[in-house]
Amino acid sequence: MSENKSPKTLFDKIWNNHVIDNIDESNSLLYIDLHLIHEVTSPQAFESLRLSKRNVRQPEKTFAVPDHNVPTLNRDKIEDELSKKQLEALEKNTKDFSISYFPINDIRQGIVHIIGPEQGLTQPGMTIVCGDSHTSTHGAFGALAFGIGTSEVEHVLATQTLIQKPAKNMRINLNGKMQNGITAKDLILGLIGKIGAAGGTGHVIEYAGNAIKNLSMEGRMTICNMSIEAGARAGLITPDQTTFDYIKGRNYAPKENWDEALKFWKNLRSDKGAKYDNEEILEVDKLEPQVTWGTSPQDVCSIKGEVPDPRDEKDSNKKQSIINSLKYMGLKPGTKLEDIKLDQVFIGSCTNSRIEDLRAAAKIVEGKKVKTKAMVVPGSGLVKQQAEEEGLDKIFKEAGFEWRESGCSMCLAMNADKLKPGERCASTSNRNFEGRQGKGGRTHLVSPIMAAAAAISGHLTDVRQFI
Amino acid sequence: MEKFKKIIGIAAPFTRINVDTDLIIPAENLKTISKQGLGKNLFSYIRFNKDGSENKEFILNQPCYKNSEILVTGKNFGCGSSREHAVWALKDFGIKCLIGSEFADIFYNNCFKNGVLPIVLDTKEIEKIIKIIFSLETSELEIDLKSQFIKTKENEIINFDILPYLKKNLLEGIDDISKTLEKKKLIDEYEINIKKKYPWLGKKNG
Repeated sequence: MSENKSPKTLFDKIWNNHVIDNIDESNSLLYIDLHLIHEVTSPQAFESLRLSKRNVRQPEKTFAVPDHNVPTLNRDKIEDELSKKQLEALEKNTKDFSISYFPINDIRQGIVHIIGPEQGLTQPGMTIVCGDSHTSTHGAFGALAFGIGTSEVEHVLATQTLIQKPAKNMRINLNGKMQNGITAKDLILGLIGKIGAAGGTGHVIEYAGNAIKNLSMEGRMTICNMSIEAGARAGLITPDQTTFDYIKGRNYAPKENWDEALKFWKNLRSDKGAKYDNEEILEVDKLEPQVTWGTSPQDVCSIKGEVPDPRDEKDSNKKQSIINSLKYMGLKPGTKLEDIKLDQVFIGSCTNSRIEDLRAAAKIVEGKKVKTKAMVVPGSGLVKQQAEEEGLDKIFKEAGFEWRESGCSMCLAMNADKLKPGERCASTSNRNFEGRQGKGGRTHLVSPIMAAAAAISGHLTDVRQFI
Repeated sequence: MEKFKKIIGIAAPFTRINVDTDLIIPAENLKTISKQGLGKNLFSYIRFNKDGSENKEFILNQPCYKNSEILVTGKNFGCGSSREHAVWALKDFGIKCLIGSEFADIFYNNCFKNGVLPIVLDTKEIEKIIKIIFSLETSELEIDLKSQFIKTKENEIINFDILPYLKKNLLEGIDDISKTLEKKKLIDEYEINIKKKYPWLGKKNG
């Protein structure tokens, strides 16, 4: 890349650090520091690798975990034959190619984007990829992390590189102080509502501003996780003391080179005067708890709001989209969101299944009883263990929640955890697409505390009355 | 990968916005270790009724669009999950080219790895194409990647842009990996360099 001294963004810096060669004017060969793999998007990559008699270049930079289709109950025997086949393939592939693997019965098993940070694998300044769009999560650490397809998984396995076109730079300033009861999930949902599901296409979004600085790492991961829901390839947050404190002491965190690493990480920030292709501001002071009403994450509004009327929309494509959404969701224009009754509540997914999420949700349900079916799926075995040490499992179980083993579960309904047609769910996951949580299932995306409040109320409700 | 050849085929207008990859191929159909055979479940949630029969209203079930090779799409097509299965399903069904005003990034990349051409045009041109294919008896279009144009049955030409690198890969059916492996020396040098510069990386501390 160019050697000029003009001010650079954090994205530009990480990109430049990883360029091995320029393929042409717009594409570069980029080095990948960490490759995470799971059972669903990797088998075809390994198969092709074998067919072409190629090897894995850097098994030590590759880590595998089963998460997408693992059962969250009765894990000793996988009933689903197809899932079993995928899990066996992952085990065989990692064994054949000497790749580190956290098997289903390992306490470190969990959702791939939970365990990367948890193990200290995710570090500032790195390039991180995975055959999963929510790889954007790791951007919370100031790493350039993005999802790739299976062909690209194969490319990384074989070469530890990718051919990529640099993204455009977008900065979003989240200014102000959040009210009590407002979480990182509300920030990102509010933002997607503002810029739209394609608002970040072609861009890497750098999140800045006071509201971001004051967030925990868990909150920052929630924000970066859903960057893809705004169409962005990746999210990025400047690493700071909060980041370093989170990493220190974790399994794969630097040990004898800690000071050296820290020195490098502390310089990872956008230069003053760096140019962005796009900038947005979100004032968070007045933001209210957010809930989706439709079938795209951009179909979102305040819990105090109503289901929109397609007749108010002038753009014909958007109007049709609202009509389709409402038909699928079984909702009438003008219905107050707080009046929407629920069948299920799901607390889990790579967006919101970390210890902080579970603590906050437990606080709301403590001493109360659920009025819907409700389930908590911790993000990893270690999150589950920690929660149990703190007695959170008891609080959830006494309130009537099911307490499950870790995995992606009902975020994408590849295992047995799914909605039945027509069932309505308040979910802490990331996508309210048609059929995402099971064919015909209806999803309302919310924060963990909003999900907890919904479970004990039996309908969507404003969590602030319980705080 | 097969070389991308000129297409003369039926184009189906499917203009719904924000079509996500879950809709293109649902998660329950991802439990496979093969790239083949996904076409039968393409758009399955909207293509079939509850009893498994065809939903007659769905565009690809209508007699004139059943054998489509080209899909004219709405904004932000392919958003959501990175699953390449979405492209495998489209390809397996027979779709070789997509024309839209905007594609999601990962989906766009995945197309090129499988010999499927996504053409980006501005919204006005998309509207024009849709108008034309609706007004004619046949919605046949000619797609010429080499000369970068779309030709309608009435010989109207619409040019499109594409990055030279991606075009070359499609036309020649190039396998990226073998090309990258030719740069082994550069990758080796890079790795030696980062080992010195960032000694904490790639260390098995766990």
